[in-house]
Amino acid sequence: MNIFLNVDVPILLMVILTSFCCSLLGSFLVLRRQAMMVDALSHVVLLGIVLAFLLTGTIEAFTMVLGALCTSLLAIFLIGWIERFGGMDTGTAMGVVFTIFFALGLVLLEVFVGSRVHLDAQHALYGALETIIWVTPRSWESLLDGGVWMTLPRQIKTLGVMSIFVVLFVVFFYRALKVTSFDRDYARCMGISLFLVDSVLLVMVTVVVVGSFEAVGVILVMALFICPAAAARMLTDRLVLYVVLSGVLGVLSGVLGYICAAWLPLWLGGTQTLATAGMIAVIAGVIQLVMMIFAPRYGILAQKSRSFLEKKG
Amino acid sequence: MLEFLSLLFFGGGYNTNIVFLGASTLGISGGVMGVFLVLRKRALMSDAVSHAMLPGVCVGFLLLYILGISGGRDFTVLLFGALITGILGTLSVQWIRDQTRLTEDTAIGSVLSTFFGLGMVLLSFIQTLSVEGKAGLSSVLLGQIAALTRMEAEVIFVVSVGVCVVCVLFLRVFVLVCFDRGYCESIGWSGRWIDFMMMGLMLVILSVGLKTVGLVLIIALLIIPAASARFCTDDVVTMVILSGIFGGLSGYVGTGLSAFLSVPTGGIIVVSLGVIFFVCFLFGTRRGVLVRFLGFLYEYYRRRV
Repeated sequence: MNIFLNVDVPILLMVILTSFCCSLLGSFLVLRRQAMMVDALSHVVLLGIVLAFLLTGTIEAFTMVLGALCTSLLAIFLIGWIERFGGMDTGTAMGVVFTIFFALGLVLLEVFVGSRVHLDAQHALYGALETIIWVTPRSWESLLDGGVWMTLPRQIKTLGVMSIFVVLFVVFFYRALKVTSFDRDYARCMGISLFLVDSVLLVMVTVVVVGSFEAVGVILVMALFICPAAAARMLTDRLVLYVVLSGVLGVLSGVLGYICAAWLPLWLGGTQTLATAGMIAVIAGVIQLVMMIFAPRYGILAQKSRSFLEKKG
Repeated sequence: MLEFLSLLFFGGGYNTNIVFLGASTLGISGGVMGVFLVLRKRALMSDAVSHAMLPGVCVGFLLLYILGISGGRDFTVLLFGALITGILGTLSVQWIRDQTRLTEDTAIGSVLSTFFGLGMVLLSFIQTLSVEGKAGLSSVLLGQIAALTRMEAEVIFVVSVGVCVVCVLFLRVFVLVCFDRGYCESIGWSGRWIDFMMMGLMLVILSVGLKTVGLVLIIALLIIPAASARFCTDDVVTMVILSGIFGGLSGYVGTGLSAFLSVPTGGIIVVSLGVIFFVCFLFGTRRGVLVRFLGFLYEYYRRRV
């Protein structure tokens, strides 16, 4: 039993796939100022998943996603209605809806689901990466056999499929996403259906949140959506570069985060590992901080030194 | 059932009663304070702040551990830790928003998740230490009324009453700052200091509510009563009163249900708030959906005849 191969490799795969999907989609959300949508959706999907489980009795990926999509749609409608009829801003409406949905999900979870399945409140909050294990491959050579790859844990296979969809989505909808992110009126003139683009983006984000939820939990999904994109935003103005950079920084955060969580304590003399999901969020945040300060043109240091030089000369 | 009712009507002995009082006054103060948050559109900011409190609580716990005192019993230190990182969180969001090209929603989201992630890391570290009270620490995430000690409940009660008193004393000024900051400043109040005071009150409520409702859902206590009240009235003072009543009611009922059903308190209190919100959304006398719809029908038929 090769520890690295059987334990670390599947977790790393999970981390890489999750962070890739999240940061890629996140780049568009940050651009469209919809970062809070991830906050709302990540809380709302819990209710969807719990309801799906209660109605069908299974934790099949498909039923979970379906449940999550239904509740997300309902949530979006409710938020809109509260905004319109209540005369309140989006933030308040979101806050009302996602806390109520999350609380309802929690209560249903505790009261009806309990110990029947490996789904509990703590798990929902910070995921269960540490429980992923891939027992089949005995050695590195066995990876050459295609059949061994088929025995990957269910979550990794789901994420793999999801990553393909995310890439396809970004590639096919690239132009629509670009136009609708920067100039919605022009998009209307061009005949691009704003409703379609917004809806598909919403669906993709929900699917990714559900898939990642098991890995990193509700709150930390946000870190992977927002922080790498924010960091990339500080580095470039060019859209293609920005999207790709978000993905790269996301994967970097994930991998570095895992390394720190697993090995940092050992390097510092401790014996136990730290929460992986939390560490990934922290690393993502640190990368964002570094970029915010040191980014070559838009970073704070660059801005300050430029204004200082301008005053001088 | 009888046992539940007797609990509700203060039949449970001093410990239980003080817990009920604490949770109810927390609800009232949350409702009252929340009106101003909603009016100033700062609802999601409070989400970032509440999540930022987790690392503070953990650091407080670790500090006590290093100094050799058991963390489970020293609520006030944890509270201070929460306040400090809460303030750091607020400042971080403002710094990101003002100093970089990133927008406010991005700032809030990144601060929220990063600080919370740090808290999770510290929490996982604490779980590896052999110290008592560490199990109670995770109750700050979702709240657990059953884990509340008498001293903690008393602190919550006193602090909440304090917040309510301050809000009532400064009601007029707070309302002015929300609607006409310029006038408020012209009559001599410093807008910045009023802002600080409001932020401070918000921080206090958030940190004190950690063990009752938990930090994931504490913002519900601020936002939902105010939003519910908004559907019932357009007058700010009425909104404040109603909001306080809704908050207190849900705190009260939610605590009872939580103790009785052994469910995390945060969830139940927010569900009760949700019920109240739903009722106001439909039937609220000023903006309730059904009321408006009926009013619309009435107008329509009146014109026809």
